[in-house]
Amino acid sequence: MTPDVVIIGAGIIGAACARSLVRAGLRVTVLDRNAAASGTSASGEGNLLVSDKGPGEELRLAQYASSLWPDTVAELRRELGADFPSLEYERKGGLVVATTPAGRDPLLAFAESQRGAGVDARVLTVKQALRLEPDLNPAITAAIHYPEDAQVQPVAATEALLASARLGGADVRVGVTVTGGIRAADGALVGVRTSAGDFSAGAVLNAAGPWSGEVSRSLDASLPVRPRRGVVLVTTRMPHRIFHKVYDADYVGAVGSGEAELQTSSVVESTAAGTVLIGSSREQVGFDNRLRVSVLEELAVKALRLFPFLAGASVMRSYGGFRPYMPDHLPVIGPDHRVPGLWHATGHEGAGIGLSLATAELIAAQLTGGVPAVDPASFLLTRPSLAALVPEVA
Amino acid sequence: MTGVLVIGAGPAGLAAARAALRAGASVTLLDSSDQLGGQYWRHLPDSRAGVREDRLHHGWDRFRALQDELLEHPGCEVVPSAQVWAIERLDEGLVVHVHVGPPDGNRRPSRELTPDAIVIATGAYDRTLPFPGWDLPGVFSAGAAQALAKGERVAVGGRVVVAGAGPFLLPVAASLAQTGARVLGVYEASRPRALARGWLPRPWRLLGATSKFGELASYALSHVRHRIPYRVGHAVIAAHGTDRVEQVTVARLDARWAPIPGTERRIDADAVCVSHGFTPRIELAIAAGCDIRPDRFVRVDDRQHTSVPGVFAAGEITGIGGVDAALAEGAIAGHGAAGGGADDPAVRRDLARRATFTDFAARIEAAHGIRPGWTGWLRPDTLVCRCEEVPYGRLRETGRATCSTSLRSLKLSTRAGLGICQGRVCGRTVEDLLGRESPGGLLDGTSTDRRPIASPVRIGELAAAHGRHTSAATDAARHQHQ
Ligand SMILES: Cc1cc2nc3c(=O)[nH]c(=O)nc-3n(C[C@H](O)[C@H](O)[C@H](O)COP(=O)(O)OP(=O)(O)OC[C@H]3O[C@@H](n4cnc5c(N)ncnc54)[C@H](O)[C@@H]3O)c2cc1C
Ligand SMILES: Cc1cc2nc3c(=O)[nH]c(=O)nc-3n(C[C@H](O)[C@H](O)[C@H](O)COP(=O)(O)OP(=O)(O)OC[C@H]3O[C@@H](n4cnc5c(N)ncnc54)[C@H](O)[C@@H]3O)c2cc1C
Repeated sequence: MTPDVVIIGAGIIGAACARSLVRAGLRVTVLDRNAAASGTSASGEGNLLVSDKGPGEELRLAQYASSLWPDTVAELRRELGADFPSLEYERKGGLVVATTPAGRDPLLAFAESQRGAGVDARVLTVKQALRLEPDLNPAITAAIHYPEDAQVQPVAATEALLASARLGGADVRVGVTVTGGIRAADGALVGVRTSAGDFSAGAVLNAAGPWSGEVSRSLDASLPVRPRRGVVLVTTRMPHRIFHKVYDADYVGAVGSGEAELQTSSVVESTAAGTVLIGSSREQVGFDNRLRVSVLEELAVKALRLFPFLAGASVMRSYGGFRPYMPDHLPVIGPDHRVPGLWHATGHEGAGIGLSLATAELIAAQLTGGVPAVDPASFLLTRPSLAALVPEVA
Repeated sequence: MTGVLVIGAGPAGLAAARAALRAGASVTLLDSSDQLGGQYWRHLPDSRAGVREDRLHHGWDRFRALQDELLEHPGCEVVPSAQVWAIERLDEGLVVHVHVGPPDGNRRPSRELTPDAIVIATGAYDRTLPFPGWDLPGVFSAGAAQALAKGERVAVGGRVVVAGAGPFLLPVAASLAQTGARVLGVYEASRPRALARGWLPRPWRLLGATSKFGELASYALSHVRHRIPYRVGHAVIAAHGTDRVEQVTVARLDARWAPIPGTERRIDADAVCVSHGFTPRIELAIAAGCDIRPDRFVRVDDRQHTSVPGVFAAGEITGIGGVDAALAEGAIAGHGAAGGGADDPAVRRDLARRATFTDFAARIEAAHGIRPGWTGWLRPDTLVCRCEEVPYGRLRETGRATCSTSLRSLKLSTRAGLGICQGRVCGRTVEDLLGRESPGGLLDGTSTDRRPIASPVRIGELAAAHGRHTSAATDAARHQHQ
């Protein structure tokens, strides 16, 4: 039977969309050229943040996502049973600090604007901050506590969403590469050509992460998604001395920046396993995954600015991946107005884990004619910020 | 003058350094150990020398000669306690990052080297398959036991069982016996037929490998002298004890290495040394961009040249062949790295020797290669990854629950291989076991051999080096990519 939707990509976005769509009653096939959860979703961290987003549509999406996570985690656990790896969902809260006198006022102003948008952003004195994080560098100049920030283990989350979709009837095919589209006489996209034959479908959803640009091009619709590399350092296990997600406020600047050169800002946190993660850099170097020692060094310098005690900690590995980057820093979630039958759920850059559930609900609502919980207009390709970047014909 | 960097001062690296010097290059020789010699010539520190090293080491004179020539040569810089922790691939070439000092040091000086040519000779460590109780104190890899015996003169126990597969179980037992342990038996998993297949098909070839055979024969004699029983088709399938090993269970194996029920026998022992083969240390070769063969050794051509211009490889990272193969390959690699020709007289003898001893490698694999039935001795609670305490049962359940075909995903959701040893002990076993759970095998094309950070680095060390050295070069490289 022809599925209603073929999803290209079994990362967290494809997995979440598959689950939401089968729950909305649609027949779904998921294709991935590799294994599931083997792309960006297995190469990053699992921060579910509101703290790094200023007022606007993306913050609204993040707030919506943040409201979906606790119930979804509980549902998945019920559906999949206790043998399934834990999603390690934890609302541990974020602590954002300024490390320079000049950084103080912008951080306070940013938090103020977030409070206006309904974010729980609490200004702390240095003393209060040190009570939350006793090993924090006392030389910080400002600190904001964000109790809503949470985390999840991204690979387990992807596998769980996919397993749930499978239970709901989704057909997941791995090792299948999408190579092109099948068009009807009226020009509508009615399926994809793959390394394993043709798949017809009512609609095709491009959830190919940083490769979405290529995939979209193979379907005759250009899309300005580009890879933005990120690297994370992992230390050996140590006694628990970091209790929140702690970042310096530069991080907020780095996320919103479009500059190509290396940007790092330390996001330091401990994991349940006892390691400390120090992430992450942002560079535009294409799909080049070669190790760069200067990137590691810069991450180390910034981590020490937050937690001087880490000087003696050992980094035992580093890993990295390619964030799916959109030039205007907003994901694309919805139909492609140029090619009937083509949909996109991509371009989440460094927030795809957090935004996955909300993205999936938005796609499901739009595909089934429901009412989306967040206005999708700012996530469509027709938004003004993309005017110059999305040509009418591919 | 050509500057050659040799990484690893085992037999292969030592031979490479000497050949490069003789061919007119200047050489820097690094080893993370505080001594030269590698796994084969591990010995007491010079401060405690004087005991009869020659008794414990075959070819000890050869080692002394090699070492002396290098230490005395004005064109050779020998740097012990030098850990290569990363190789960076920039557009303008490779940068080798080194920390010098004890591994637990805090402020080890860092060095970055950009040589004209590199010989990677990082060797192999022995691989131990998991079995119930292998996490008890008193269980050693054969290599670790031998290192203690040769390098510290310490026997791992009073009543010791040696088990696993491969010809190197014999010298391990011999070293143990020489340090005063009572070796209760050597249990070789392979059965006579496999052993015959590996060792007998081309007997005339052995004529070329007489020195290797002399060595093995002398180990056999030493066994007789110490009355060590040698049993083939047997394995240690469990170790027992509360705080440390008190007993082991030995069983007979079928041709697939599955234990035969009813043949189990308990033996009182306070230590067991187990090795089922070798895992080459190829992370630096991978970091340098070298092609890896399907059997997961570094691919080299006749000159020991890898797929990366200017990068040579020798010794156990190109195949397990023992010390003679490592010496020959090292000499050929060093000569090539210095710019020497492929058939110069200087390496003609080594070329012939390599041909002989590489054959030895194929024989080892045919006779002693791991067979799939070994999982028959695992139990659900047997730890596969000791660092992160991941039992076999959980590995399988997670594989089945997620239907995952991604090694990366499975490692992250089981935590197998994510601990301090970074999968050096369990990586290949984890891949083997997980691959069996997914019908089409693992799809994501990664392997546990990839470790861009080859050994732990302190955050303070990274920060101290920031902005000080190659960052100019790295920045240049980065800008070219925009
Ligand atoms: C270092 C780093 C840190 C990060 N930290 C966070 C964080 O803390 N919080 C957060 O929310 N996000 C974070 N992210 C971002 C997050 O990881 C991504 O936004 C998210 O994983 C994107 O998911 P995806 O499903 O779109 O892409 P992917 O997971 O990359 O999935 C895309 C899939 O498409 C498949 N594919 C590609 N081409 C084809 C084809 N032709 N045919 C078939 N299949 C194809 C690929 O194989 C892949 O599996 C981080 C990213 C990085 C790199
Ligand atoms: C238990 C055991 C018993 C053996 N018995 C015999 C025997 O009886 N006869 C025989 O012929 N062979 C035997 N072998 C094999 C023999 O030891 C090897 O063939 C030989 O040592 C291989 O030489 P190599 O130079 O390739 O590697 P190695 O001798 O292993 O030397 C590699 C060197 O590289 C260094 N190194 C690795 N990584 C780094 C890094 N990142 N930075 C700096 N330095 C690094 C290591 O410290 C090491 O010194 C035995 C091996 C083992 C484990």
